[in-house]
Amino acid sequence: MLSAEEKAELDRELQQYPARQSACIDAMKIVQRHRRWLSDEALRDIGEYLGMSVADLDGVATFYNLLFRKPVGRHVVMICDSVTCWIMGYEKLRDTLMNRLGVSLGETTSDDRFTVLPIVCLGNCDKAPTLMVDRDTYGNVSPETVEEILARYK
Amino acid sequence: MATVYIDGNRHDADAKQNMLHVSLSLGYDLPFFCWHPAMGSIGACRQCAVKQFKDEKDTKGRLVMACLTPALEDTRISIADQEAQEFRAAIIEGLMLHHPHDCPVCDEGGECHLQDMTYLTGHAYRRYRFQKRTYRNQFLGPFVNHEMNRCIQCYRCVRFYRGYAGEHDLNSFSIHHTVYFGRHEDGILESEFSGNLAEVCPTGVFTDRTLGQHYTRKWDQTYAPSICHSCGVGCNISPGQRDGIVRRILNRYNHEVNGYFICDRGRFSYEYVNSPERIRAPLVRRGDEREVIEKDEAVKIFAEMLGSGEDVIGIGSPRASLEANFALRALVGADRFFSGFSTGEQRLIELMLSIMQTVHVPSLREVEACDAVLILGEDVTNVAARMALALRQSARREPQKKALAARVPLWDDLGVRQVTGDAIGPVFIAFPCATRLDDVAEATYRGRPDQIAQFGYAVAAAIHSGAPPANTDASAQALVKRIAEALRTAERPLVVSGATLRNEAIIGAAANIVYALEREGRSAGLAFTMPEANTCGLGLMRARALEEALESRVQYGTVVILENDLYRRATAAIVDEFLARAGNVVVLDQVNTRTAARANLVLPVASFAESAGTLVNFESRAQRFFPVLPPSDVQESWRWITDVATRRGEFGSWNSLDDVTAAVEQEMPIFRGITAAAPPSSYRIAGEKIPRQPHRYSGRTATLVNISIHEPPPPDDPDSPLAYSMEGYTYKAPASALPFLWAPGWNSARALLKFQEEINGPLRGGPVGIRLIRGDRRGAPEFFSGAPEPVNAPERRWLAVPIYHLFGSDELTHWAPAISSLAPQPYVAVNERAGFRDGAPVAFQSDGATQTAVIKIRSEIPDGVAAVPAGLRETETLRLPAWISIEAI
Repeated sequence: MLSAEEKAELDRELQQYPARQSACIDAMKIVQRHRRWLSDEALRDIGEYLGMSVADLDGVATFYNLLFRKPVGRHVVMICDSVTCWIMGYEKLRDTLMNRLGVSLGETTSDDRFTVLPIVCLGNCDKAPTLMVDRDTYGNVSPETVEEILARYK
Repeated sequence: MATVYIDGNRHDADAKQNMLHVSLSLGYDLPFFCWHPAMGSIGACRQCAVKQFKDEKDTKGRLVMACLTPALEDTRISIADQEAQEFRAAIIEGLMLHHPHDCPVCDEGGECHLQDMTYLTGHAYRRYRFQKRTYRNQFLGPFVNHEMNRCIQCYRCVRFYRGYAGEHDLNSFSIHHTVYFGRHEDGILESEFSGNLAEVCPTGVFTDRTLGQHYTRKWDQTYAPSICHSCGVGCNISPGQRDGIVRRILNRYNHEVNGYFICDRGRFSYEYVNSPERIRAPLVRRGDEREVIEKDEAVKIFAEMLGSGEDVIGIGSPRASLEANFALRALVGADRFFSGFSTGEQRLIELMLSIMQTVHVPSLREVEACDAVLILGEDVTNVAARMALALRQSARREPQKKALAARVPLWDDLGVRQVTGDAIGPVFIAFPCATRLDDVAEATYRGRPDQIAQFGYAVAAAIHSGAPPANTDASAQALVKRIAEALRTAERPLVVSGATLRNEAIIGAAANIVYALEREGRSAGLAFTMPEANTCGLGLMRARALEEALESRVQYGTVVILENDLYRRATAAIVDEFLARAGNVVVLDQVNTRTAARANLVLPVASFAESAGTLVNFESRAQRFFPVLPPSDVQESWRWITDVATRRGEFGSWNSLDDVTAAVEQEMPIFRGITAAAPPSSYRIAGEKIPRQPHRYSGRTATLVNISIHEPPPPDDPDSPLAYSMEGYTYKAPASALPFLWAPGWNSARALLKFQEEINGPLRGGPVGIRLIRGDRRGAPEFFSGAPEPVNAPERRWLAVPIYHLFGSDELTHWAPAISSLAPQPYVAVNERAGFRDGAPVAFQSDGATQTAVIKIRSEIPDGVAAVPAGLRETETLRLPAWISIEAI
């Protein structure tokens, strides 16, 4: 069941759409904000509320990078592996990050603090290499500045 | 009509079509994947690229997708253009990057559209040198196998499953090179049409799981043109067999009936033919034992049991062919021939047949074109599934008008769906419970059968003031008006009804609605579902009702029962008494039914796969089916009866099916024309019969070499124009005798397009079936009068109504493992106000017998109604509808 809070937020979004199904992306974003990630149960809850099958929602959820269908840590670090960042030192940055956190791409630290995911272009190419933590984008990231960025997220 | 030019050749083309449709119709070989003749174009695969030229001076041209290019006047394309050819080869190379090339172990190999198209484009060498993408496959239930690695992302599966069949548990997931087609988790596919995925999928992602259990390549199977025996729709099918085992059923295109698709009950019904429960030899009861006897002895005993024939009666069967029923009728005499319909069913069927004389009964192709539908008292998906799929398309007609108005051609599937969204047209359903078509219904009405009848009468009265009025509850008045208005303003209104609820008034109401529309000057269609393969044919024979025999208390000397389990037709107490009363009971049947178990003599009868005959479908279309299995110890009922008659010196001239069919036609004028339903056994093409085996059939000379090195001649088949052989021609075969489809370069089911007059048109070499009732008594028939007053439910009693299950209610598919694994357990469905807990075990009383079941809570069921599944295996037959009491146990 969706919580009262989730429902209230979703109802606000629903007012903007002619059909309930149209709000499915917003619905998943809202629920993810509350539950960190979208479990099968979360999709069932949303499906019930919007009149959609789990397969309908999962088709949309698996299309988008920022909707998570597996558990993630408290913070998600998304590191861009597109062409510009690759030229500007993505690999070194990735290795530093993985060494520092002791995880590979797609994994979560044992203290549940960080999940590291690769992502395609964040639209921040002029400041490559770039990464995003939760909703914050960081440009010109060097192996040296990673530590400082990570320290901001507990 | 438009004039178009393809590779410089001038053609007349249908301007409402696209250039792929036109090119294929004209016989050009243009490769494609995502386009499907029933689902239109989406331009996803880019495989049908051609060069288009502005005018005759344009030599440069530009690449376009043929499937998205309208066939407008003066359209000029080139298929052979070098650049277009290279483009198509590049596309298929891209599609094939991750394809596993596992053709030798793939069930699709040899009938794979991807293989055909790859060959057609000329892509032969693989240049991709990297690791291929792999997927996890899913368990999708007993019908369909999943092997995602073979996928080329054409989206046909989801377009069929979601867009055409309207089910939502299959979808496309993920993005770019990891796009995945499946369910959100493992589980049984929910659609009743999932088996079509095996034919819709251009490669081996979705394959027939039952075929996989006894796999044989397409070219190694023997095929026959057949008719599905699993309900009254009469879908055309091609069963395939090898070594005496039926391997699968393929759809056999008939543009008036099933088109490109059949339901899962039809497709997987064949499994019962291979069942160990089949009766394979004659059995005679000696004391408490049943002994296997020789055929000749069985005929001798049968002849003795018939004696002088005076106290002999015959009971026919709606699941047996016209010829079988007719032979029995001829053996025992018309006045001693009883129909074998369930108690109360015959008068409903005769009523429907007499109404059909006065209205237009649409074929399924016409049903699909209807733009307003009222389904009155019928659960179409569970009784006539293929009709339900057609009705799903009817629901799209009204919204499509908006697309046409916006000048979007109907073949432009994406464009049409952009305009229509999920909009549905005016489809209305009146039934006591939710049905599988409710999602395409604009509104539904729930009521007891008598209330549904009233509701129907009220709709008729609202359409035409001369129709008898009805008392329908005030809450339904607005809906009655809405339906009347929708039907009256539609271009092609349709009413669908049937005998499921065993209610005469519902059938009368359905007729009244159509009569009312006709009085208003509207041309309306009326389709009645028919529960069994030959319900319509047997009904037209006007035999005596089975009840008369069951309840006569006459001491019959011998009762001959034709392919009928009487325990499914009446309550056990009545049948027990009837069988005990008879001197001898002779049962001709395919499986060891409860009735067969009580017979003195059992004769093994050929299944649809072993026999030839004629069936009459719901629209009174007589269609012939032919055997796919070679002759064996089982034989057609009509042949057993002919054998015994010959022994007694009767109907001496019946030597083959053609003789029996001709006798039916001669004796009973209603069946005039049935001999023309298929070519006679004397039919030849260039002196040869039509081969049942593809020309690549392998191992012919080797399969019996362990017994003898001399190859035996193919078995004789006196009943059909087909041979158990590879010799002969299928290409020019008449449509009704086409065993399988193959054309040079087209090994997959898509070879069909080489056999159609044009895409979606009739097969060359028609006709396919003969309509017996032509609605020629049309023109202002009298209205049915007197909708019975609604009954008041007695305290703590429920009106039990029968509910059919596509998987579970059909008799012969009880012996088909995949289908029977999906049958429900016995239940009684009531709403929560009945005061029972979901899943609670209960007992209910009906006809003096106590039944046990579990409660299923379905909140949409009206108060005072209990839905009881009909025809499940090993459940007692109830005389429904009946008032029952339900007690917790």
